[in-house]
Amino acid sequence: MASLITMDDLTNEEIIEVLDNAERLLPVARGETHLPLLEGKILGNLFFEPSTRTRMSFETAMKRLGGEVVNLGDVKTSSVVKGETLFDMIQMVDGYTDIIAMRHPRQGAAQYASDSARVPILNGGDGAGHHPTQTMLDLFTIRQAHGTLEGLNVALVGDLRFGRTVHSLSHALVRFGCTLTFVSPESLSMPDEIISDLKKHGADITETENLRSVIPSADVIYMTRIQKERFPDEDEYARVAGIFKLCAADLSPAKGGMIVMHPLPRVNEISPDVDNTKHARYFEQAFNGVVARMSLLCRLLNVEVPAIISSNGGEN
Amino acid sequence: MSTESHMRRVTAINNGTVIDHIPAGCAITVLKMLGIDGRRSTPITLAMNVPSKKMGGKDVVKIEDREITQSELDRVALVAPEASVSIIRAYSVAEKLVVNLGLEITGVARCCFSNCATWGDREPLPHRLKVHSIEPLELRCHYCGRSQDMEAIIDNLL
Repeated sequence: MASLITMDDLTNEEIIEVLDNAERLLPVARGETHLPLLEGKILGNLFFEPSTRTRMSFETAMKRLGGEVVNLGDVKTSSVVKGETLFDMIQMVDGYTDIIAMRHPRQGAAQYASDSARVPILNGGDGAGHHPTQTMLDLFTIRQAHGTLEGLNVALVGDLRFGRTVHSLSHALVRFGCTLTFVSPESLSMPDEIISDLKKHGADITETENLRSVIPSADVIYMTRIQKERFPDEDEYARVAGIFKLCAADLSPAKGGMIVMHPLPRVNEISPDVDNTKHARYFEQAFNGVVARMSLLCRLLNVEVPAIISSNGGEN
Repeated sequence: MSTESHMRRVTAINNGTVIDHIPAGCAITVLKMLGIDGRRSTPITLAMNVPSKKMGGKDVVKIEDREITQSELDRVALVAPEASVSIIRAYSVAEKLVVNLGLEITGVARCCFSNCATWGDREPLPHRLKVHSIEPLELRCHYCGRSQDMEAIIDNLL
């Protein structure tokens, strides 16, 4: 059964279909409608590194659709500390569950798990690699705000080197003809192989270190956290920490419909005074993780989302 | 330097394998990739940095009394994608083999990126490097997708 490891696993048509299904599932995600499409199915949540939103939204998505969830729990109390290989772990969980959502500190772990498993794997982040389920909720949020994914100006800001969310998102946006501006210090710039791949897709890319300069033309400003945990030493982190800070006053030259996004958690990249502006979209974005993941769970489990979902529960 | 003097430098073998058109300086790596340990092998002749019209400079390896197989040869593609190989029997060329890089190189070298999921000795799935482009040669790890440093990859041969 197909897994979702990178955005290459979905065509543009499939992305749109997942987003359309997610749109229809909104009342279910809000708890307004009961629709147990995944009753009898079990999701295995394997999070080998910390996660709040991704793990909780997978769990919420499964439960809103009537499914069950089993969790790996704290890695420190699992068989991982006894030296169990990823292969063996996946073999075991594969037998317990119908689908696995996984986050792992090592890049390529999701592909490795997919090659080891019989059930589908949803990559919830693999080291500095990919985070395609985050991209699906990002695309959902962008389409909600702009009504389209086509031809937008998107600025990706912060840690583009280690930031898996921006790796997956940039791959997807380029396929929809978006113009990308990468805003980062040189030491955290987008990896060469990703830029090379994006250019092969005909990407229009600009790289800069000047956040202010991109605000007037952007349709989306996608902020990211400088990830302390990815740096080999503290000094290197200290040189770039706090380099980009967005506050409400900075947004005065922005277009009216421009949205500010962030995969969260934020540290100090976005001042709290942005929260109350019309541009802030990061909390809705976090909520959208539930519908996007509901739609993906249905897709990978081959469960059809009804074309019309009634407000009083079930399908028409 | 003429071809004649080149021929004098590298003597003919009775039976075995001749690998020609190895990039200059890579002959020892090729032997390593073929798993040939000079201390316990049949006789081997190396010619390094031999002038070549096609390549400027090249290495040549002659391995006596051993015929390498196509799958062994394909390992060599990592460092010598244009190598030409002759199987010699009774001083004559009995067979010519062509290096075939294919779409993927499996079980030859590990990913050189230390944070790759395959790093470590105990994970059982094979190391897989995909051929992303041939000219210039670029390999990417099937699992982590990282582009491989071709110099580092020699140190990561299995």
